[in-house]
Amino acid sequence: MPITKPFDLAEAESIIRKHASVEGPLLPILHELQAHFGYIAAEAVPIVASVLNLTRAEVHGVISFYHDFRTSAPGAKVVKLCLAEACQARGVHEARTRLESTLSVKMGETAADGSVALAPVYCLGLCGNGPAALVEGRAYADLNHRGFDRCVKAVKS
Amino acid sequence: MKLFVSGDAVARALGADELAAGLASDAASRGFTVVRPGSRGLCSAEPLVEVETAAGRVAYGPVFEEDLASLRPVLFDGGEHPKRLGKLEDHPFLKKQTRLTFERCGLSDPGSLADYRSHGGLVGLAKASEMTPSAIVEFVTQSGLRGRGGAGFPAGIKWKTTLEAPGARKFVVCNADEGDSGTFADRMLMEGDPFLLIEGMLITARAIGAGRGYIYLRSEYPDAIRVLGHALDIARAEKLLGPSFDIELRIGAGSYVCGEETALLESIEGRRGQVRAKPPLPAHHGLFGCPTAVNNVLTLAAVPYILANGAEAYARHGLGRSRGTMPIQLAGNLKNTGLFEAPFGMSLGELVHEIGGGSASGRPIRSVQVGGPLGAYFPPALFDTPFDYEAFSQRGGLIGHGGVVAFDDTVDMLKQARFAMEFCAVESCGKCTPCRIGSVRGVETIDRIAAGDRRNENLTVLTDLCETLKYGSLCALGGFVPYPVMSALEHFKEDFQSPRPAASRAAKRNP
Ligand SMILES: Cc1cc2nc3c(=O)[nH]c(=O)nc-3n(C[C@H](O)[C@H](O)[C@H](O)COP(=O)(O)O)c2cc1C
Ligand code: SF4
Ligand code: FES
Repeated sequence: MPITKPFDLAEAESIIRKHASVEGPLLPILHELQAHFGYIAAEAVPIVASVLNLTRAEVHGVISFYHDFRTSAPGAKVVKLCLAEACQARGVHEARTRLESTLSVKMGETAADGSVALAPVYCLGLCGNGPAALVEGRAYADLNHRGFDRCVKAVKS
Repeated sequence: MKLFVSGDAVARALGADELAAGLASDAASRGFTVVRPGSRGLCSAEPLVEVETAAGRVAYGPVFEEDLASLRPVLFDGGEHPKRLGKLEDHPFLKKQTRLTFERCGLSDPGSLADYRSHGGLVGLAKASEMTPSAIVEFVTQSGLRGRGGAGFPAGIKWKTTLEAPGARKFVVCNADEGDSGTFADRMLMEGDPFLLIEGMLITARAIGAGRGYIYLRSEYPDAIRVLGHALDIARAEKLLGPSFDIELRIGAGSYVCGEETALLESIEGRRGQVRAKPPLPAHHGLFGCPTAVNNVLTLAAVPYILANGAEAYARHGLGRSRGTMPIQLAGNLKNTGLFEAPFGMSLGELVHEIGGGSASGRPIRSVQVGGPLGAYFPPALFDTPFDYEAFSQRGGLIGHGGVVAFDDTVDMLKQARFAMEFCAVESCGKCTPCRIGSVRGVETIDRIAAGDRRNENLTVLTDLCETLKYGSLCALGGFVPYPVMSALEHFKEDFQSPRPAASRAAKRNP
C-alpha cells in the first residue's frame, strides 16, 4: 500500500474491466485503483465513467463523498489515528500530541519530507484498548503506553 | 493439544503475532498446534494465550513479548505465573455473562468450518431447511428478536414484509458498517465466529426468499475483512455457498452515514452514500430496486441460536419488550473492557462499576455515553437505568448498538457536545439543511459559549438548533445528534457556565 505508482492506462483499464460486470461496480473499482496506484488519478476518472456509462461528474461526486478515497499521492506511510469518543476517554489527546511531535507531522497533513501522512479516523473497533491507530492498514493500540513505540517503529521501518 | 494465541484485532494490535511466532517452536516440539481464535471478550486481558490441559483451557493475559522467557517453562502445563488467569469460565467477567450469540467466539477456530460444526454450528440451518419460509419468519417473530443495529425494529416483522413483497429477485444485506464509537461486537464476531454470520444469512435468505447476500463491511476493519473473506472462500469450497445463494463482501469507504441502511444500499449500488426517503422501505424497494432485508451483524448472528434452540429459549431472557441477550461493549476509561453478553435489564451502574471495574485511570467516573456518537451522556445519578430499549428512551437516551463509553472526571462535557456537532458536520450526507448547516452552526455556537460570548442567548440558540435538528432531519444522524448535546447540557450544566472548571481539569490531563 505505501507504493504510489505512476498512472498506467492499460493497468487502470484492466482493473476497471475486471469489476465492470458485477452489479454496483464503482466502489470495488475505486478501492482497487487506489490500492494499486496509491490514489485515484484524475486520468482514471474518464475511463471509469465511460466503461460504467456514467458522467465524469458522477464518478467525481462519488470519489469526493467518501473519506477513504484520495486524488493525490499520500505520504509514504499513512497513519490513521482514531479521534472518536472511546479513544478520547482514554486520552487520545496525549497520544496525538506525542505522535505529531515524534513524526513531525500535523493531524490532517503530510510531513514536509513526504515520509508520513497523519489522518483522523473515527473508531477502529479497538475501543477498550485505545488510543488506537492504523499504520498502513495494520492496527496499533494502547498508544499512551507500550503501543506508542510499536506504532512509531512501524512508521519508521 | 492446542495452544490458542488470540487472533483478534485487539490482540494483534498489541503484539499477538510476535507472541505466536515466539511460541511456535516450543509448541511444535511439545506437540502443540498453534490456533489463532477470536477474542473471548476480555479486551483488557489481550493479548490472551490459552493452553489446552487435561483439566481444561488455562488462560494467561495480557501476555507481552517480555513475558515469554518466564512463561515458556510453565505455559504448556498450565503452571503458575503472574499472568495466569486460570480457567476463563470461572473469571467474573465471563461468569456473569449469558452467551448465546458469542457462545463460540474465542473458543473455536475461525478458519475451520469443521471446527465450527464440531462446536455446534449449522444445527440452526439444518432445522431451517426443513421449515417453510413463513414458518422460519414466525419462529423469529416468536423469539422477540429486535434489530441490533440501533433502531431495535423487530426482525420477524421486517422479514415478513420482505417475504411477502412481490419480486423475482430478493436480497439479504448484512450491515457490518459498525461506525459507532465504543462498539466492536460486530468486528469481534466476524473475526471470531465468521461462519455464524454466514449461517445466519443462509437462514435469513431461506426465510425471505433471497438468492444473493451482501455484507457491507467497513474499511476500518482490515482484520475482519481478511477473516470473513477467508471464511466465505471456505464456505464456497465446501458448497455451503454456491449458485443458489452466494454472499458478496463489499468494503465501505470511510463514511459513517453509510451505516444507515438506505445510504448503505446506495453505496453498494455505486453512488454517494445519501440517505433515501422512506417509504419505500428497503423491504419493498431495496437493493437494485428489489425487496431487501437489511440487518445488523448481531441480528443475523442471533438467528442460528434461535433456530437451533427454539424461540422460547431466546425469548425467556430479557426484560419487557427487549427479549434475549444483548452483546454489550464496555469501552473507554474502564478497568475491564470488552464484550459482555447479557440478558437485557442489568443496570448501567452495575455494568460500569461491577463488571467494568470502574475507571482505568482510578479517578471517579463522571459520564457515560451509551449507544455511540448519537447516544446520550448519562451522569452517575442515572446509573440505575436498566439496559433495555424502552428504559433508556424514557430517560432521554438510547442503547443503540450497545456501546458503553465511560469517561472519568477529567472530561469536559462542553467539548464532548462540540465533538458530537462536529462529527455530524463531517459525516452529514448533505441532504437536509438542518443537518448539513445546523451542525456547523452548532459547533460555532458552542465555541461562543465556551468563550463566554453572550452565554445565555447562545445556550438558547443551541437548544433551538437541537429542536430543529430533531424534527427537520431525514435520518438519525441529524435527528439524534441532539441526544449527546442536550444530555451534556442538561446533566452537566456546570461545564457550560463561566468559569469552566471542567476545562481546567481537562487541561491538566489533555494538554
Ligand atoms: C447515521 C446512521 C448510522 C447507522 N449505522 C449503522 C451501523 O453501522 N450498523 C448497523 O447495523 N446499523 C446502523 N444504522 C441503522 C440502520 O439504518 C438499520 O436500522 C439497521 O441496519 C437495520 O438492521 P437491524 O434491524 O438488524 O438493526 C445506522 C443508522 C443511522 C441513521
Ligand atoms: S439527517 Fe443528515 S445524514 Fe441524515 S439524511 Fe439528512 S443530511 Fe443526510
Ligand atoms: S473509539 Fe477509537 S477505536 Fe473505537
